[in-house]
Amino acid sequence: MVAHLIRLKLVLLRNGLRRSVGQLVGLIVASLYGLGILLLAVTGLIVLRAVDAQIAETVVVLGGSALLVGWGLTPILLSGVDLTLDPARFAPFPIPLPRLLAGQAIAGLIGVPGVCTTIALAATLVTWSRGPGVFAVAVLGALLALGLCVVVSRLVASALTDLASSRRFREASRIVVMVPLVLLGPIIALAARGIEMNAAALRSLAGVLSWTPLGAAFSAPAAAAEGDALGALAKLVIAAASLSLAAWGWSRALARALVTPASRAASGGRATARRGIGAFGWMPATPWGAIAARSLTYWIRDPRYAAALIIVPLLPVILYFSSVQRHNSEMFLLSGPLAAFMLAWSLASDISYDSTAFALHLSAGVRGRYDRRGRALALLTFAVPAAVVITLVPFLVSGRWALLPAYLGLVFGVLLSGVGLASVVSSRFVVAVPLPGESPFKRPPGNTAQTILVQLGGLVALGILVLPEIVLVALATGTGAGFGWAALLVGLVLGATLALLGMWLGGKLLDRRGPEVYAALTKAG
Amino acid sequence: MTVPSFSVPSRDVSPGGSALSLRGLVKSFGGKPAVNGISLEVPAGSFYGLVGPNGAGKTTTLSMATGLLRPDAGTAIVLGVDVWSDPLAAKRLMGVLPDGVRLFDRLSGEQLITYSGLLHGLDRRTAAQRTADLLAAFDLAADARTLVVDYSAGMTKKIALAASLVHAPRLLVLDEPFESVDPVSAANIRSILADYVRSGGTVIVSSHVMDLVQRMCDHVAVVAQGRLLAAGTVDEVRAGSTLEDRFVELVGGHGPTEGLSWLHT
Repeated sequence: MVAHLIRLKLVLLRNGLRRSVGQLVGLIVASLYGLGILLLAVTGLIVLRAVDAQIAETVVVLGGSALLVGWGLTPILLSGVDLTLDPARFAPFPIPLPRLLAGQAIAGLIGVPGVCTTIALAATLVTWSRGPGVFAVAVLGALLALGLCVVVSRLVASALTDLASSRRFREASRIVVMVPLVLLGPIIALAARGIEMNAAALRSLAGVLSWTPLGAAFSAPAAAAEGDALGALAKLVIAAASLSLAAWGWSRALARALVTPASRAASGGRATARRGIGAFGWMPATPWGAIAARSLTYWIRDPRYAAALIIVPLLPVILYFSSVQRHNSEMFLLSGPLAAFMLAWSLASDISYDSTAFALHLSAGVRGRYDRRGRALALLTFAVPAAVVITLVPFLVSGRWALLPAYLGLVFGVLLSGVGLASVVSSRFVVAVPLPGESPFKRPPGNTAQTILVQLGGLVALGILVLPEIVLVALATGTGAGFGWAALLVGLVLGATLALLGMWLGGKLLDRRGPEVYAALTKAG
Repeated sequence: MTVPSFSVPSRDVSPGGSALSLRGLVKSFGGKPAVNGISLEVPAGSFYGLVGPNGAGKTTTLSMATGLLRPDAGTAIVLGVDVWSDPLAAKRLMGVLPDGVRLFDRLSGEQLITYSGLLHGLDRRTAAQRTADLLAAFDLAADARTLVVDYSAGMTKKIALAASLVHAPRLLVLDEPFESVDPVSAANIRSILADYVRSGGTVIVSSHVMDLVQRMCDHVAVVAQGRLLAAGTVDEVRAGSTLEDRFVELVGGHGPTEGLSWLHT
């Protein structure tokens, strides 16, 4: 069974790569990235060999705990990514539970994260090669840690399979989990400032973690190195106990998953709460009005749209921290234009998000310009107020009101020109996005290279389109407010012109290439 | 009513005769031919079955007929309008149910039909009226406010079919309308389609359930490996035997085999 699962996983990996060059490139990039981090970690762990045991303990325990948390979070973010191990797939086969458990555990180690973790844990053996006793404890600790990584991740995945039968929960949890991840940068920056002030706090954090399941396996060899044999033993016991507890929980969850395969559970109970036809009732009763109503409904209901924009309301927070760090408040003022860019550019993947449902537009014979207009209208109904509010935040904080007209001009310029550009781009290029119903953070398969090219090309093209506004903002910042009002005027007039032009051109393209766009969507799934 | 034949004359068939006229359709994917010169006349007012084994090119053919897939060669004419030179006019005449295609399933059933109606240019009152009628006819009124993503497979098929009917098309092109539909819903769909044909509409359905086609359709075409093997009224094509036997004979399947003797208990 174990050998079968491992072979299955390897075959799936190979066949997946054979399917497309893009995926191969993706794996290579992921491997290089992983390799870089791994190299850093291994070098660090070897260097720690020469360092005082107490300092080494702090570093290893903190790093190790973070690693374990990462393994636990992965299944939430990337559900369905590891189909080999999806319990539902094994439900029809008569496989004894213990063998399935062992096979899943070992197969879980195959892949970039598993291999990197194994190597990094092996490197901790170098850190703790400080005598035979310490080394032996390190070996036990590393094995327990490896087991914990895999089992915790599997436990979370199995538990999720249970909860996943509720679509609403699944979709909400992914978005909620993403918020702290997006804020990770500022949190780390804040934490880094804290460390400069006192490393003692960090040491005490590691001290606490070392007695929890998260850090016990990592700190046992340190206790042994400091001559605390009893402490080392206690920590090994904590780690072993948590491992067996997690394994027990996993086997229970797996056993249950095998007899109750996840189904498309009907959540019909809530349906009565939904009233009428929503936006279709108040948008104009025309093809473009209907498309705007549909898009607006999707912006609210489809988590993939929300996920693409989750960073937008957080932008002022992130930029506030980095501007405080660099003592440069101009950066904070850029919140508005950056938010405007992200909002506008999300339109560039709008058709790709439709996937093959676009067939309805095509077979209904919707004119391209109505398609473009409807989608742009839906975005602008919430993007304009959102961008204005986000633009105001830094001015409320910094009080540099003289620059407000200039920045508003830039924001409108970016938003409107971006809508125009995205209207053309999305009717010409299909980009790789998660399919409907998939995790919004899943790395989508497909033409990743084209997606990246489209993104970069779009960024450059938009930069050129809003160059007048950028120049005026620079002049307003350098000299006087007169340029600010000019920027506002140019942003509104030039932006609106480009938006209309883009929708017209995009509509023409879509009329001509509708079936080809649809063929590309079919290919993507 | 013209009797369709295997070789279609190149001159224009009278527009009154055919609801859908395919001529020499060719499509290949990556060098592999999927449809290899299919010509077909679907008489107006007929209930036409398109049968063939999996991978025969049924879906490809119907996609080219409905303006979803651009053919490499050949033409498709709907009630006298060329699909590929005047797509907007042709699509107004057609209701299409593609197979294996997603729906905008974050809409409720009611919203999806309304959306389809408004896309086809209906005014608000007509769209609302027809949506209510269709939901009632397909027995979906109780689930009108449920999101389509939470529908069962059979309900999903029905709501898609309802969305393709809302603009009162004169030709219905349905790709596998009975797949994963329970018998009660299937009977429901069949009676709606039969009504539609009786009132002058034309239906072409693809299926690989021969029994169903034999009972439901008056005309049938058999395709395999991208070619048309036979076409005509059901009685002409089955030539005395059942449609299923005739189909296996035409397509050239295997008979019962001795290979699985260990399975015999």
